[in-house]
Amino acid sequence: MARMTMIEAVRSAMDVSMARDDDVVVFGEDVGYFGGVFRCTQGLQAKYGKTRCFDTPISESGIVGAAIGMAAYGLKPCVEIQFADYMYPAYDQITQEAARIRYRSNGDFTCPIVLRMPTGGGIFGGQTHSQSPEALFTHVCGLKVVVPSNPFDAKGLLISSIEDPDPVMFLEPKRLYNGPFDGHHERPVTPWSKHELGEVPEGHYTIPIGKAEIRRAGSAVTVVAYGTMVHVALAAAEDAGIDAEVIDLRSLLPLDLDTIVQSVSKTGRCVVVHEATLTSGFGAEVVSLLQEHCFYHLEAPVVRVAGWDTPYPHAQEWDYFPGPARVGRALAEVMEA
Amino acid sequence: MTEFAQLSLHVPEPAVRPGGQPDFSNVKIAKAGAVPRPEVDVAPEDIRDLAYSIIRVLNRDGEAVGPWSGMLSDEALRAGLRHMMKLRAFDARMLMAQRQGKTSFYMQHLGEEAVSCAFRKALRAGDMNFPTYRQAGLLIADDYPMVEMMNQIFSNERDPLHGRQLPIMYSSKEHGFFTVSGNLATQYVQAVGWAMASAIKNDERIAAGWIGDGSTAESDFHSALVFASTYKAPVILNIVNNQWAISTFQGIARGGSGTFAARGLGFGIPALRVDGNDYLAVYAVACWAAERARRNLGPTLIEYVTYRVGAHSTSDDPSAYRPKTESEAWPLGDPVLRLKKHLIVKGVWSEERHTQAEAEIMDEVIEAQKEAEHHGTLHAGGRPSVRDIFEGVYAEMPPHLRRQRQKAGY
Repeated sequence: MARMTMIEAVRSAMDVSMARDDDVVVFGEDVGYFGGVFRCTQGLQAKYGKTRCFDTPISESGIVGAAIGMAAYGLKPCVEIQFADYMYPAYDQITQEAARIRYRSNGDFTCPIVLRMPTGGGIFGGQTHSQSPEALFTHVCGLKVVVPSNPFDAKGLLISSIEDPDPVMFLEPKRLYNGPFDGHHERPVTPWSKHELGEVPEGHYTIPIGKAEIRRAGSAVTVVAYGTMVHVALAAAEDAGIDAEVIDLRSLLPLDLDTIVQSVSKTGRCVVVHEATLTSGFGAEVVSLLQEHCFYHLEAPVVRVAGWDTPYPHAQEWDYFPGPARVGRALAEVMEA
Repeated sequence: MTEFAQLSLHVPEPAVRPGGQPDFSNVKIAKAGAVPRPEVDVAPEDIRDLAYSIIRVLNRDGEAVGPWSGMLSDEALRAGLRHMMKLRAFDARMLMAQRQGKTSFYMQHLGEEAVSCAFRKALRAGDMNFPTYRQAGLLIADDYPMVEMMNQIFSNERDPLHGRQLPIMYSSKEHGFFTVSGNLATQYVQAVGWAMASAIKNDERIAAGWIGDGSTAESDFHSALVFASTYKAPVILNIVNNQWAISTFQGIARGGSGTFAARGLGFGIPALRVDGNDYLAVYAVACWAAERARRNLGPTLIEYVTYRVGAHSTSDDPSAYRPKTESEAWPLGDPVLRLKKHLIVKGVWSEERHTQAEAEIMDEVIEAQKEAEHHGTLHAGGRPSVRDIFEGVYAEMPPHLRRQRQKAGY
């Protein structure tokens, strides 16, 4: 089995999908000749030709709008938005068009598109290259929202997304692109090649959208996380020496409610961690669902750890980004309650 | 002291407001037959004038003249007249149905029938339109059943869209009519994407995007032009300039100078203006653009110069913002009357046949309405199931929606 970075895994997913299905096309800003600013599409134009992998004008609404039209024709566009922060000009196309075409046409037309976009902070990207807009998508009916936390999942989930008959927002945590994050920003990065989850099969495989994964089994408290924060949660549980169960959601919409409810019903305590700002973030949805489904099992109020309700700062990003210390304090809080 | 006077903001205004005398003296109209017909492979820069003139075929005497004439048989012209009359009769009945509370909303085409009815005949089966809310003529002229359109308008138990869409926002893949969006301009660039896909797959089918004059101010209009130009997509980009975006006159979106067609010039897209009330001219220009697209010569931008005689929608009151008699003063006339006159001049139609056709068409429309109403209207009779709310959001219903459907009792 090959050892891949998340970038290589994402590229491999597109390569495998393009090889299997002539209808899969890849495009976006700088993705063709250059291979993308993160090199996720490197080599695809050379291999599949410039009508299946090509550069676009700098027009996110144009990119997504064109993808919708192509999907209506019968293609399966897998589009790169250079940074999630740049998707806002396309928000109208995503939320009013892509999300609703199947519904409003009663299946006469469908929209099987994938919008890949690097998300989150931790690479000194400042406020315009670090956003986590997942909650803006999970509020929109008709979309699916996927966030992988490691190369193996990234490839399997991306192939599933490309094969999915509905529009999928595929959020790639850029802090994890080149190597895993052990949650401690001051320590040297361990490469994915030394990491169990860096192992990625070369060929075709899928991971179902809508299924969470338990990354660490435990019985004292449940930590719900996704993307980069899965690694922070694991680090926090290790550091605190707490018997925490860490759930990696992998897909936010649809959400694997059963796995969360089962775990919290067992542990009676829960901390939800995400990198996006706190207020009206996806954590609020998880807490609300737990209140509805696990109220009588809860032994402590559910606590959220999230980015602050401010734009993402450049110089202070490690104070913004929830780290193991903040998660550790939240764990102590719910354990003491 | 500065040598300059203080700055002041220019806000364009239409020539006349309610109570005034309609004035279209600023609308420069070329003589019928005066605008040349270039070869379809002409270089865009060689036909820049066509973005400022108006291509016309029918003259004031009802004759078809000039290089854009002679493309339609008598039979096709009579069919075209019938389509426009049918759309007008359909509109009249549905407008009344809305006033009777049988549906929530309606938008009529009065005065603009030639644009969509003639355009449809320039396309082939398999081509795809991305229409706005005022191109039902694309369906009528393609013989889409009127009763299906009415079922959709009434949101009844036979509504093909199961009550999910606003009235008149039809969808028919089979008839090359993409599901209408209420969000303006979004579908312009989708049309370009569809055309790009056809080119990627080395297909022969082409696409057409539709937009109103007001919506050309949306950024998606410009995205569409840049994509169409960049990839030379086989797409026809239509701008229906009916003078009014609800209450806002076309000068607000257009700016103080130029034409809507001229916007194509900066993108290197051939741009033509055509008399939108001239069935023959619309058809001829649409055929020219379709041939360009099919020959892989790329996109064409067409501005249809027309006038919205009716209200924007049943929720609009045009007398509040324009003179009541403005439509009568519109210098390009009525598309139905102009084609009727042409056919009479040609000796292949008569007042008697016209009156008879009007009666036949109205019977047909009333018959369709009776059948549609038999399946229910918005507030009475058969209606879509509440279960339909939850179906079709996704290909497969996810667990959270299943839970919500059960909570709703279905």
